[in-house]
Amino acid sequence: MSMFKIFDTAATGMSAQSLRLNLVASNMANADAVSSSIDQTYRARQPVFKAMLDQLNPDGAAAGVKMVGVVESQAPLVQEYAPDHPLANDEGYIFRPNVNMVEEMANMMSATRTYQSNVEVANAAKQLLLATIQMGQ
Amino acid sequence: MKFDDAFGIHERALLLRAQRAEVLAANMANADTPGYKARDFDFKAMLANEVDNSSRLRTTQSGHIQTEEGMVPPAQLLYRTPMQPSLDGNTVDTEQEHTAFSANAVEYQATLNFINSKIAGIRKALRGE
Repeated sequence: MSMFKIFDTAATGMSAQSLRLNLVASNMANADAVSSSIDQTYRARQPVFKAMLDQLNPDGAAAGVKMVGVVESQAPLVQEYAPDHPLANDEGYIFRPNVNMVEEMANMMSATRTYQSNVEVANAAKQLLLATIQMGQ
Repeated sequence: MKFDDAFGIHERALLLRAQRAEVLAANMANADTPGYKARDFDFKAMLANEVDNSSRLRTTQSGHIQTEEGMVPPAQLLYRTPMQPSLDGNTVDTEQEHTAFSANAVEYQATLNFINSKIAGIRKALRGE
């Protein structure tokens, strides 16, 4: 019965969005993690989504969404002159992560809404299946 | 009355509705996937096709592969025209998919109700009370 596949599809959507929320939380938590060199500074991380296709039927409808990786933002880090900071380097600079709070908040809202609609899809599919099971009773 | 045809068109309609729900669920899951194109199919055309069988594989010999009833061939899965195209090439409009999914769910239940009434009718006829 193809209706059962909806649960899998919605579940892939939910896990992808929860990973995205996880990354948003990580980005926000590390927004103020300063360091003394460019290499060691935290960079904002973003998930990369890809449609999951049925391998036997690649032209058909997608079977869900999958995470193909996590990329680090290439936006420039914030360099700040703070010679009194304990982590300042020889020239007196510290580096702040390139986390954009506004972007992260928007990301969080989008992830939450998509997660919710996936939950609703799974709930609707469950109700329809329950009604189907009771067919003829 | 043949028992195979007891439910008439509703049996196929139910299968097609389930499949449409699946396609729409995939659209919702991919609401944030860059480059994903939202898909859907023309329910009316596919139901007509189920009835007259025009686009299903013909089986003239015993070894021929039979396509399942209520399966939509990939060529019939169309792409939605986006109302507000986004920069990343994604054409899923969550609100539109949401309404389409709910409408499809209600229609699925309506079809189920039709089948249930048919069953009730057959029961009544069998009992003869």
